Amino acid sequence: MIEIQGVHKSFGDLEVLKGIDLTVKKGEVISVIGASGSGKSTLLYCINAIEKIQQGKIIVDGTDVHAKGTNQDKLRERLGMVFQQWNSFPHMTVLENAALAPQVVKGLSKEEAMEIAKKELEHVGLGDKFDQYPTRMSGGQQQRLAIARALAMKPDYMLFDEVTSALDPELVGEVLDTLRLLRDDGMTMITVTHEIAFAREVSNRVAFFHKGVIEEIGHPSIVIENPQREKTQQFLSKVLG
Amino acid sequence: MGFSLFTPLAWSDLPFVLQGVLNTIYISVVAIVIGTILGLIVGFIRAEANKTVNIILGAFLDIFRSVPLIIQLILFTTYVGVMGHPLDPFVAGSIVLSLYTMAFMSEVFRGGFESVSNSMKTASRSLGMTYWQTVRYIRIPIGMRTVFTSWLGVALSVIKDSALVSVIGYMELLRTSEQLISRTQQPLEILIGVGIFYFIISYPLSRYGKYVEKRMAI
Repeated sequence: MIEIQGVHKSFGDLEVLKGIDLTVKKGEVISVIGASGSGKSTLLYCINAIEKIQQGKIIVDGTDVHAKGTNQDKLRERLGMVFQQWNSFPHMTVLENAALAPQVVKGLSKEEAMEIAKKELEHVGLGDKFDQYPTRMSGGQQQRLAIARALAMKPDYMLFDEVTSALDPELVGEVLDTLRLLRDDGMTMITVTHEIAFAREVSNRVAFFHKGVIEEIGHPSIVIENPQREKTQQFLSKVLG
Repeated sequence: MGFSLFTPLAWSDLPFVLQGVLNTIYISVVAIVIGTILGLIVGFIRAEANKTVNIILGAFLDIFRSVPLIIQLILFTTYVGVMGHPLDPFVAGSIVLSLYTMAFMSEVFRGGFESVSNSMKTASRSLGMTYWQTVRYIRIPIGMRTVFTSWLGVALSVIKDSALVSVIGYMELLRTSEQLISRTQQPLEILIGVGIFYFIISYPLSRYGKYVEKRMAI
């Protein structure tokens, strides 16, 4: 369970998160929508301890993420994250990309790490690409590699930060299909996305962020199809046209 | 003709010349290896350090880069000699040439480290890798590939610059040839020959570099 309690986050004078409360249960899929700059990506970075917080608490399975003495590297093993930019390691093959972290972080043998990596790559449909270098692959394939690379660490949670935003439109589908696959596996996910239709389809809950606060949260049938708050209505009418 | 003070160039001089070639290769390899290791460390510090550290470190490196190598060699050798620690020309030459190489390599590697984007580092850390694991498995390999050509350029120029170590008495290729010239009075043949030797040492390296660069194009 991820518990976010009264989280405030500022970059200098700019307060990006103004008191966020959110609890994510095991197996839940939560989509976060909202305009650029509303703080939705920042929240993911705070959960993963990439960014510090100024106030509040984030607790992952009982571990206070930002407490002094918390081993954040250890914590990140349980929190898989995929970014807008896929950041494949260009000097390694696809298989080596996915096997690196299990090997160096978890200390698995090369064979064990490769075995896990192969399984995860096959799972995301890259079973025929083991020996390729990622720079020769499409953005969609590289993003699926990034997902497999994160899954190879056997995380308990997956955080997705606008993973389709940098893709050519025709490549978005294959990445969303991979996310659907994870949902079917029962993975706990927080997905920051601009794909409203996708959010409606896969999420247990949708959170609408507006200027650093959660303006509205609930089942997609309400937040997306029948939003109660004016800001949500305005945002959706803008993005849905 | 009768009696002459000079003996012409002969095949029997070849071992002498080859020793010069080997000494050139020897001191170049030492300088390139030490200069690369130190340059990697200094380059990393420069990429990571704050402005103040960088200004101080940069000024220090500028001395090595701006003062002609020949002056550095003479100053260093004379100074440590006067201080009562006369050094073997090879040792003195290696120290000066290594530091000189380090000064250039550090800039090359700094560029390499800076070429790895922040989002790449973040992505690596998000997999649970520690700071140093990211340095070891991601930043060094990617950064070094990016600057390989520049590294090779510095390495090749070090081989040529090693000729200057002759001024402090190290018997490398150029000094060997100078001795031969003073004996034979055949400067043209000998200098052309020496030039060819430098070419033979450097050219395969530069070809190999092109090949490697192509193979690991990223």
